[in-house]
Amino acid sequence: MIDAAYNIETIRKDFPILSREVNGKPLVYFDNAATSQTPQQVIDVIVDYYQRYNANIHRGVHTLSQEATDAYEEARIKIQRHFNIAKPHEVIFTSGTTHAINLVANGFSSFLKKGDEVLVSAMEHHSNIVPWQMLCDRTGAVLKVIPMNLEGELIMEEYHKLLSEKVKLVFCNHVSNALGTVNPIKEIIDAAHRAGAAVLVDGAQAAPHIKADMQALDADFYTVSAHKMCGPTGVGMLYGKKEWLQKLPPYQGGGEMIAEVTFEKTTYADLPHKFEAGTPNVCGGIAFGAALDYMNSIGFGAIAAYEHELLQYATEKLLEIEGLKIYGTAKEKTSVISFNIEGVHPYDIGTILDKLGIAVRTGHHCAQPIMDFYQIPGTVRASFSFYNTKQEIDGLVEGVKRAKTMLL
Amino acid sequence: MTIAEIQDEIVEEFSMFDDWMQRYEYMIELGKSLPLIDEKYKTDDNLIKGCQSKVWVHAELQGDKLIFTADSDAIITKGIIAILIRVFSNQKPQDIIEADTDFIDKIGLKEHLSPTRANGLVSMIKQLKLYAVAYQTQLN
Repeated sequence: MIDAAYNIETIRKDFPILSREVNGKPLVYFDNAATSQTPQQVIDVIVDYYQRYNANIHRGVHTLSQEATDAYEEARIKIQRHFNIAKPHEVIFTSGTTHAINLVANGFSSFLKKGDEVLVSAMEHHSNIVPWQMLCDRTGAVLKVIPMNLEGELIMEEYHKLLSEKVKLVFCNHVSNALGTVNPIKEIIDAAHRAGAAVLVDGAQAAPHIKADMQALDADFYTVSAHKMCGPTGVGMLYGKKEWLQKLPPYQGGGEMIAEVTFEKTTYADLPHKFEAGTPNVCGGIAFGAALDYMNSIGFGAIAAYEHELLQYATEKLLEIEGLKIYGTAKEKTSVISFNIEGVHPYDIGTILDKLGIAVRTGHHCAQPIMDFYQIPGTVRASFSFYNTKQEIDGLVEGVKRAKTMLL
Repeated sequence: MTIAEIQDEIVEEFSMFDDWMQRYEYMIELGKSLPLIDEKYKTDDNLIKGCQSKVWVHAELQGDKLIFTADSDAIITKGIIAILIRVFSNQKPQDIIEADTDFIDKIGLKEHLSPTRANGLVSMIKQLKLYAVAYQTQLN
């Protein structure tokens, strides 16, 4: 049962967007896996930044610059604490998960040689496939896939078999965006380390639901996007172990990433600035910190329990609809339901739902290999957040029934 | 009927519905009644790029008129092409090339489609017109 202290009505009041109408109907927002909504507390921080202390950081002697620098670095500490990261300089601000993955993939060019292998899970989205394919093209390394079963769970026996001494790098999401599967990430990391491989975990879909502990997990890299966890778009985190971040070459040149520049030679700044070239998303970083404060004020335990209840409720209700099939039925799931109705294209369902004010995602969710695996053009994906309600799920179920009647 | 007359007819039909749910229902019905394309024409060559759902269009000349057949894996998209085919099929290529498509704005179709679908709609019209251009060249 949900904790009595979990007051959904109070929480919903924090999100102004939830009271708007779409197509003349109250908005029901079930596209949280794509991006989450932003609470007033975070919006206030953004407004306050631009109203009071907008400045470039790390280089000004004036007060505004100092205030902005302090707030930005304070956000870094918040992120460090939230993810239980050993040192603040292991937190690199990026524009998001995709940027973070590309940063690592680029850096790894110098560590891989022809014939090395890198492993990718079968349930990655394109951002965690394409940069590695590009890396393999550059280095001659071979990309191999950890297969999954029909439930949408990785086949761990196959993973262990794939782990030879040739494997230098494993990349896998913590939670699948298309299926909601929570991967046994600790087992994946430990096995890779035993085989001498480094691991990058794409935590974009996990971070809104699971408070990951970097020191306990022991991943070499972990990536997060702020906008999926109540923060703004265009900002995210790359966590990297100090030893790796020191070894990796800088990704972009300019701004704060230098120590000294002459036309003959440039030496690079220490971590984390080595990877933070140019003017960063200062306001975004500060707001990211505020978003973590907000989510922690509700509590990740309470969020997980509530969302699990939403998931179970929605799964039961949706499965009552004849011909409805859910893709991704792993035992460990976050609040994501990907489904289709037999004989109906997912776009059609999504379009009808939109007319009813219900926002879902349709299509391949930037994870085409998963759709190929199930031999479907795409799915309808409803992804729930801690501010959604069972009444909204009832509305979704009614909407899907209505769409089905119209479309079949 | 001329292309303009058919367009007027469609605008009138759509104006009978109060809300967009009913208009969608109507489009779905149109999609269901669309004469299907011959399976042999459902090739990659006939696939329209720019549509997230798949759309196949085939054109052939009968006498001096162009006949379009089409299909889609999504029924609302199919309804949209059904409307386009009603407007453009069985018309002379030159008339198709010169035709205005202001009926789309008049029935509010574009603003009520998602951006991907709206792009798809533009691609579909472009493709139908391209067929017309190709066949007009043949006729000359």
